[in-house]
Amino acid sequence: MKTLQRTLAELAQYPSAIFGLLVIGLLALVSIYAVIAIPYQQAVDLWRGGEKIWYKTPKMVPPAWVNFFRAKKLPDTLSLSTVDTPSIKQSAASGDGQKINITFDFDFNADEFPQELSFYFTSTFDKKAPFVSAVWIAPDGRETRLVDYALQSPKQTFRFSQDKKLLTRLFGKLPQEALFAVPKSDPLTPLKGKYQIQLQITTFEKASTVDVEFVQYGKVYGLAGTDHQRRDLLIALLWGMPVALSFGLIAALGTSLASMVIAAFGAWFGGWVDELIQRITEINLVLPFLSILIMIGTFYDRSIITILTATILLSIFGGSIKGYRAIFLQVREMPYIEAARAYGASDARIIIRYLLPRIIPLLIPALVTGIPGYVFLEASLAVLGLGDPVLPTWGKIIQDAEFNGALFNGMYYWILEPAALLMLTGLAFSMLGFSLDRIFNPRLRGL
Amino acid sequence: MTAEKTTTPLLQVKDLHVWFELRRWGFSHAGYVKAVDGVTFNLDYGESIAVVGESGCGKSSLMRTILGINKPTSGQVLFEGRDLTRFSRAEWQSYRAKVGYVQQDPFGALPPFMNIQQILEEPLIVHGIKDAAERERRVRKAMEEVRLTPADDFIQKFPHMLSGGQQQRVVIARAIILEPKIVVADEPVSMLDASVRVEILKLLRGLQQAHNLAVIYVTHDLSTVRYFSERVFVMYAGNTVEKAPIDSLLQNPLHPYSNALLDATSDPDANNALTYRELPPGEPPSLVNPPAGCRFHPRCPKAIRGLCDVEKPAEFEPENGHQTACWLYKA
Amino acid sequence: MADQPLLRLENLTLHFRTGKGTVKAVDGVNFDLDYKQAVVVLGESGCGKSSLAKAILRLLPRNVETYGGKVYLEGQELMSLTDEEYRKQVRWVRMSMVPQAAMNALNPVLKVGDQVAEPMIVHHNVSREQALEQAAKMFQHVGVPADFIDRYAFELSGGMRQRVAIAMALVTAPSLIILDEPTSALDVITQANIFNVLKRIKKELEISFILITHDIATSSELADRVAVMYAGQIVEVGDAMTFFQEPYHPYSRMLMASVPRMRSNQEPEFIVGQPPSLLDLPAGCRFAARCPLRFEKCAEEPPVFQKDGHLVKCWKYA
Repeated sequence: MKTLQRTLAELAQYPSAIFGLLVIGLLALVSIYAVIAIPYQQAVDLWRGGEKIWYKTPKMVPPAWVNFFRAKKLPDTLSLSTVDTPSIKQSAASGDGQKINITFDFDFNADEFPQELSFYFTSTFDKKAPFVSAVWIAPDGRETRLVDYALQSPKQTFRFSQDKKLLTRLFGKLPQEALFAVPKSDPLTPLKGKYQIQLQITTFEKASTVDVEFVQYGKVYGLAGTDHQRRDLLIALLWGMPVALSFGLIAALGTSLASMVIAAFGAWFGGWVDELIQRITEINLVLPFLSILIMIGTFYDRSIITILTATILLSIFGGSIKGYRAIFLQVREMPYIEAARAYGASDARIIIRYLLPRIIPLLIPALVTGIPGYVFLEASLAVLGLGDPVLPTWGKIIQDAEFNGALFNGMYYWILEPAALLMLTGLAFSMLGFSLDRIFNPRLRGL
Repeated sequence: MTAEKTTTPLLQVKDLHVWFELRRWGFSHAGYVKAVDGVTFNLDYGESIAVVGESGCGKSSLMRTILGINKPTSGQVLFEGRDLTRFSRAEWQSYRAKVGYVQQDPFGALPPFMNIQQILEEPLIVHGIKDAAERERRVRKAMEEVRLTPADDFIQKFPHMLSGGQQQRVVIARAIILEPKIVVADEPVSMLDASVRVEILKLLRGLQQAHNLAVIYVTHDLSTVRYFSERVFVMYAGNTVEKAPIDSLLQNPLHPYSNALLDATSDPDANNALTYRELPPGEPPSLVNPPAGCRFHPRCPKAIRGLCDVEKPAEFEPENGHQTACWLYKA
Repeated sequence: MADQPLLRLENLTLHFRTGKGTVKAVDGVNFDLDYKQAVVVLGESGCGKSSLAKAILRLLPRNVETYGGKVYLEGQELMSLTDEEYRKQVRWVRMSMVPQAAMNALNPVLKVGDQVAEPMIVHHNVSREQALEQAAKMFQHVGVPADFIDRYAFELSGGMRQRVAIAMALVTAPSLIILDEPTSALDVITQANIFNVLKRIKKELEISFILITHDIATSSELADRVAVMYAGQIVEVGDAMTFFQEPYHPYSRMLMASVPRMRSNQEPEFIVGQPPSLLDLPAGCRFAARCPLRFEKCAEEPPVFQKDGHLVKCWKYA
């Protein structure tokens, strides 16, 4: 039995083990961060999404860093709001209400046009609605009138591309393109530079207030891009990590320990106990594992706890029992076991104190190498539509992507991001597992 | 010799039979392996006997029955007058503390994942000695007795760090740590180097004398028996064929098999290379279907036709204290 | 046969590289073996005697650090042969071996006849029938019934399997067979049987033997000469008659004194201490630490001295 220190020292000799340990360490740290920064309930709420939460993000756009690899830069998403930066709002009293001047300044340096532009008005008023007028000022000084109207409800949205008056003013061209275009360019090319929007809002009541948010929906967003429900994929990628790791770890650990104890039990007592365990194992090996999980998920409950429990129960009586039993049968014949019986050790003591420690060198590498299998299992079930309905996991991302034709439509990031993380996890654990195997089972060293 | 003769011998074995059932496919009966087939002897307190025989003669099965690992098929084993087969669990536990076991393979007899201290503590823990200080005291005392000193040098080591001789000392320490009355040593030195054998056997002899232990020394090497035992039993195919004090056996072997064993044992003598040894032909018989009558008769140069191949010989005592189961000595 | 010995070892050296350092298993071994002669190499475990067998037969593992010296077989120097030449011309053609626990090394899925025949097929390019015929003849020599050709290893007893292993070493009619602990796991009567077989082979087939063992008593059954090995070196070589009565080297004396004897009253004495580890050999005479006769000169490594036809590596015989 090697102490932890010696094991770590030996592991340091294998570059693959160092890589595996580093990656696993990283994954573990990120998982902890994810669970702390975005507590469970918040994550579930965010993922359930909806217009109220995800209104500021574009639909199905790749992450912002793809611009690094592109010659023609895609426009980023940006939002400017009077709530966030009250300084851009200046109010002066006028009559019963106020005259509010708001200036939005921003730069535009992309080579393509944004998806959409919108104003989100939040106002309070009693009977008389505030009146809004906005002007768009291009870097070269050209002004375009955007909107002149009275607000009709406390929450109102002005989508540039849907306003008929604006469309007419721009000669039928899409506002998100025309407003950014170099004048008289054909095809339209963007004009880079500083842009400004000036809003003049007049309120007619003393208590009336108005807040405006301007959102430019770019063609990229954030670190991970967005999906069809405008959700930031980073949430799911981050949260998927602890889910994957804990599912894998608990399943692998639970299965290995239970298999080990059952195999020891059967091997020690022999006779009908052993025969029974072997027959149960053989029947269980024939049963279709995935199909049964699918049945459980479809007819009973898809929550991750249920699936985890079912996985463990079905895996306990698996092939590893046969392997452990073979080892135990050999150990049982060793002289020190005979000696233990001679000085009166009980069966329980022999199993726990003498048989089980012999299996640890086999168990630990098998455990570590088995974790990726369970991680992939959970992802596979999610892809098949049987993932936990509320949790954001990697498999869920892949399922959404597939369902929305991601590859067909060229949205490669949507599939590649969760896939890359799955592969990285699998690789890290496998490399660590193989190195551990070589340490604990020296006969494999030459390989 | 023995200290004093008490009225009840320490161990009495009466017509012991140990048969193992052979099963075909795990179910149907396919005969018995008659490992021990009618063995009777007594062992006194502090007496040291040797059981000599080749592999397959049943000596290991006999020892395992005495140790309580096998169950007798018929016959009795009485310890201080009480029958083993009738022991309650508590009596078994107490009996196991009174019989120590030294095995043949020193490395295999020690769990490789425990250090010396843990190995020696195991019997103490199993027998309910809860006080850690008491256990440590007894462990150190046992190590001193087998001369694994200074104890601190060895106590934290693992078996693979010790030499064969040192490993066997640990096995012996474990066997005596519960202060037994009998020590069963099954080929304790046959896996050790020739030069270490004598050291270990002398150690056992010293322990036996110091603690008045009864020792049963099982071996197939007659040359070592001389210095370490008083009486010798020769076993063949599940029976004891001769029982005698060691000198009587060496000077006057009665049974033809004992004779063959003595003839086959070499002393270091260059003249050995000049002659062929005379040996009985054939091999020891199968224990499933032993020959009728005397089990040695197919190989015996002095077999009496019509008697030895028909009837199993009874035990005769041609000299005082020297018994043999052979028709040649029919009184 | 000739004036030259069958086998001559000159300064044979074999060092292994391990994680803990260099193991100097065979460290400058010199001796001669004549035709029709049996030499016993005696030593405790860890003295390098099994490595000596490997060094003579060039059965080297991967971690060899030094392999040197000269090996002359019937006058031909073998070290200069390439590995392929050695395999084709020497190993199992002119020299063969019965390794330790050979009886456990028989292939369980092949018939024993086929296993014994195999060296013939490989080295002498004969047909399978001819090879099996030769195997059957070898079975006769070792005392195994000829019809056992068709049996499997598990059907035979330990003694029989060891005889099969010897037959395998015999089948190509070598001039020399090395036996490494041939009887260590066998019963007394079986042991004696095996030695009878070896004696007969030595006489009838005129084969020489190198018998490597730690069992001094049984080694006297075959020995014409005795070599004693300690810590990688040969410390004494001499004829058996003299050796078994009165050996010269202090270690040999103590070894002889440690043998329990059935037929004499001499109580055996054990040798205190342990042989040095081959990883960490002391300077000077390697036995000095345990030798009751040591004196100042022993701090220097003794050369080999001659006394009455014996070779002794000890300052007492200067």
